[in-house]
Amino acid sequence: MSPDVGEAVAEAFRQEWGRVVAALIGMTGDWDLAEECAQDAFAQAMKTWPRDGVPRRPGAWLTTVARNRALDRLRRGATETARLREAATLSVPGDPYADGDDSGITDDRLRLIFTCCHPALSLEARVALTLRTLAGLTTAEIARAFMVGEETMAKRLVRAKHKIRDAKIPYRVPPAHLLPDRTAGVLGVLYLLFNEGYSASAGADLVRQGLCAEAIRLARALSQLMPDEPEVLGLLALMFFHDARRAMRVDGAGDLVRLEDQDRSRWDRAEIEEGTRVLDAALRRGRPGAYQVQAAIAACHATAAEAADTDWAEIAALYGELARLVPSPVVQLNRAVAVAMADGPAAGLALVSELGESGALSGYHLLPATRADLLLRLGRRAEAAASFAEALELAATDAERRFLTRRLAEATAPK
Amino acid sequence: MKYMMLVCADESVELSPEDSAQMGPLTGAWVEEMDRRGIRLDGNELRPVSDATTVAVRDGEVLIADGPFAETKEQIAGYDIIDCADLDEAIEVAAKHPVARFGKIEVRPFWVE
Repeated sequence: MSPDVGEAVAEAFRQEWGRVVAALIGMTGDWDLAEECAQDAFAQAMKTWPRDGVPRRPGAWLTTVARNRALDRLRRGATETARLREAATLSVPGDPYADGDDSGITDDRLRLIFTCCHPALSLEARVALTLRTLAGLTTAEIARAFMVGEETMAKRLVRAKHKIRDAKIPYRVPPAHLLPDRTAGVLGVLYLLFNEGYSASAGADLVRQGLCAEAIRLARALSQLMPDEPEVLGLLALMFFHDARRAMRVDGAGDLVRLEDQDRSRWDRAEIEEGTRVLDAALRRGRPGAYQVQAAIAACHATAAEAADTDWAEIAALYGELARLVPSPVVQLNRAVAVAMADGPAAGLALVSELGESGALSGYHLLPATRADLLLRLGRRAEAAASFAEALELAATDAERRFLTRRLAEATAPK
Repeated sequence: MKYMMLVCADESVELSPEDSAQMGPLTGAWVEEMDRRGIRLDGNELRPVSDATTVAVRDGEVLIADGPFAETKEQIAGYDIIDCADLDEAIEVAAKHPVARFGKIEVRPFWVE
């Protein structure tokens, strides 16, 4: 096979797998059959595309092959006559892409996303099912990405598919009164996927690191399927901004590198530009939401040429907006940091003290770590050292402990 | 699709007199709506677990015990059998049940061969 055709099949797999599976589930109602027939169609492509060339519309070709395969299999298992009848009536002759209208197929993919992310499934199952049926990762790959045994992951997927069938979780885009909640649920799954990849260390399994790319691909597809949902665009933009500096957030030793210390020339410019475009498109809708605000904050960081150029007043205002949308003490803490940068450490410290007195963040190491940082900047070194020591007690990871140990040394070093 | 709704609540928790007085009319309204929509096929309130008897047969011997088979904080206070288009409708029906506001409703699909 020429490398071009091999790449065409790989690209078709990335772009079309979810579409083919979704169409087949829509047609047969059988998730396992849909996956198997989609696999068969890609295997067929590997065989015939090198000989006959890559079809003009690979997705249509693959869907047709998979659909014919499903019909064959259903005919052979003729005991299920009712299902066969149903499938036969649905398999209208002709190419669904023929007149250039692929809306029926597109709707199936959207149905699939909402079904995979249904709140009656466990969060773990939602994530696994999304990666399997929409992104086309193998069970082994998903197991590696989440560091569980392949058998455990296989069971999780089987159980989820059984529940969809047996409890009759609908295969549809939710009606208007459920749509906002369910859309938020889908975005939550995609963001979790992204964060799993984002938190993977540089030495981690490549599949795990690849979760960021999968999450971006899925969010992009969702933004095309739901063009009127600014929060989908907001999440996509947020992912671009984070992904742009992903490689720079840890150093060679696996230690966290603070934003202000990162080499900005090595951030991914193309991703930052794309994030900016997507965020602008979201904000033009005039319906702000938590993901859009977070993306706007990330944009402030990503578009500052130097750390010193960061528009902290804008970031502080955006955190205020975010706190209004999502009341959370962690958001308040981030706002305090931004206020400290914009208006000086004393202003930030006042907010941190308020938060500390509320008790909402007791046990969270970033509260004393933030207080310590502000105290140090005010020259109150003894208090700073005590707070760094408190944070060190609470930190959960080695990387965090190493970082805090360095900061503690700064506070106690002779001037 | 038929589902069993197990209506669960902590028997030891006393409702306020106002809430308690409202339970009857609210449940009545729920039953009336679900009957009218052709969703509720059957249902009833159950006597408390202090009136339960657990039966098992081991080695041919009938074993009888006073009380429920599992000691849990929440007990089954009632049940409804509902016929819904899909799980989303069943969730909507369960969420409307007045006990859902302080107890929990377990929704289980019937076993269909």
